[in-house]
Amino acid sequence: MLKLSATDIHKSYGTHEVLKGVSLQAKAGDVISVIGASGSGKSTFLRCINFLERPSTGTVAINGEVLATVKDRDGMLRANDRHQLRRMRSRLAMVFQNFCLWSHMSVLSNVAEAPVSVLGLSRKDAIERAKANLAKVGLNHEVLEKYPSHLSGGQQQRVAIARALSMNPDVMLFDEPTSALDPELVSEVLRVMQALAEEGRTMIVVTHEMGFARHASSRVVYLHQGRVEEEGTPDAIFTEAKSPRLQQFLAGRLQH
Amino acid sequence: MNWDVIAENLPLYAEGAKLTLLLAVVSLALSFVLAVPLAFLRNGRVPAVRYAVLGYTLVFRGTPLLVQLFLVYFGLAQFELIRASVFWPWLSSPMVCVLLTFVLNTTAYSTEIFAGGLRHIPVGEIEAARAYGMSRRAQAFRILIPGMLTRSLPLYGNEMIMMLHATALASTVTLLETTGVARRITLNYYIQFEPYVTAAAIYLTLTFVLVSGFQLIQRRWAGYLESRIG
Repeated sequence: MLKLSATDIHKSYGTHEVLKGVSLQAKAGDVISVIGASGSGKSTFLRCINFLERPSTGTVAINGEVLATVKDRDGMLRANDRHQLRRMRSRLAMVFQNFCLWSHMSVLSNVAEAPVSVLGLSRKDAIERAKANLAKVGLNHEVLEKYPSHLSGGQQQRVAIARALSMNPDVMLFDEPTSALDPELVSEVLRVMQALAEEGRTMIVVTHEMGFARHASSRVVYLHQGRVEEEGTPDAIFTEAKSPRLQQFLAGRLQH
Repeated sequence: MNWDVIAENLPLYAEGAKLTLLLAVVSLALSFVLAVPLAFLRNGRVPAVRYAVLGYTLVFRGTPLLVQLFLVYFGLAQFELIRASVFWPWLSSPMVCVLLTFVLNTTAYSTEIFAGGLRHIPVGEIEAARAYGMSRRAQAFRILIPGMLTRSLPLYGNEMIMMLHATALASTVTLLETTGVARRITLNYYIQFEPYVTAAAIYLTLTFVLVSGFQLIQRRWAGYLESRIG
């Protein structure tokens, strides 16, 4: 069964169509890297999956359950039932470019928060789970009571990954998780993501890190101007790209 | 100098200080409960509601508290309709008029302070709350209200001190709080300096307690902002 299926997602801002029908399907254990130039719509697409952005048309299904939507007055889709939306969102844990940790909470509270207030875990169980996941991303007990702003970017993003893991999500969504990091901090986050990929987590990763896309993902999707221009295995994409645009994109990336 | 008079009247000052505290605590407590939801409405989606709240805060921040107090205490009594209404027993009481005015006034300031704090919460933090499936209620109580209050602390601390001191105006409508007591002693004994200096010392002490308490709260809950401040 498909863990995630997004079908024919369209999204417009005014007259500008950012997504022109993008579809993506993920089986359990798939690690799908979504690559493309800035403005290709890859982040917008990811945000349409959990309805942080409302698509104009299209359907999203998680574990076979389709999110019921209605057309809103502004022409965008809106979840018909906010309880269903919340339940489906809680199955899709997102990791943001700018971490988006809750700044007024300690690291431990950040990771334990949603399991308590969304999944209904007891505080005690959530904290246990949080500690385990923080250890998993390589953060020791010294940071537990610190605030996010007192940590490095790489540490903050690892806290954010631990926060996502603590939801026991069906699919993890990564929105350019290393783009806001100083170059020397990128590898510590990528290592954690690589470990998750090897563990069999289902992940959709919007990224500029070609190394990750090539070596850690099971499938690569190249978006160009709101369309899937090409998709395939990492080998197919990186060594036998058919589309001239993808060849050009990769040539530009590999130079840097 | 005539400090004996002050010593004799210390019990009166104690009563006055108690009333000062009562006025400040009740006004601040009620206004807190009102200002938190008003701050949300002030930033809400419905323009009519947003502007209604803005109109309210503009009027009460745009006029002197003393004028507001006189309007409520003396002004309303001019209208037959109000004197005949069921509210008159309350509205003719200086205590009720003072509390009503103080609450309306400090709520206006607190609403704007909290609304500003709410606007300073990074959008990403709210998005993260939505992305993790939090209900509106959980977003409000776990993310928005704590984020708003902690970011408002320094300004709100000032507003609390201002409110504490503004209770002195209650003496103009016959209430014997700290300033009222001082004023009565000046009239009874024809001395000016000692009674008012005593009142000032009482306000200073109360302010000191308030500020210390506030620093504790700030250290406990708003420590995450410290690196940004200094």
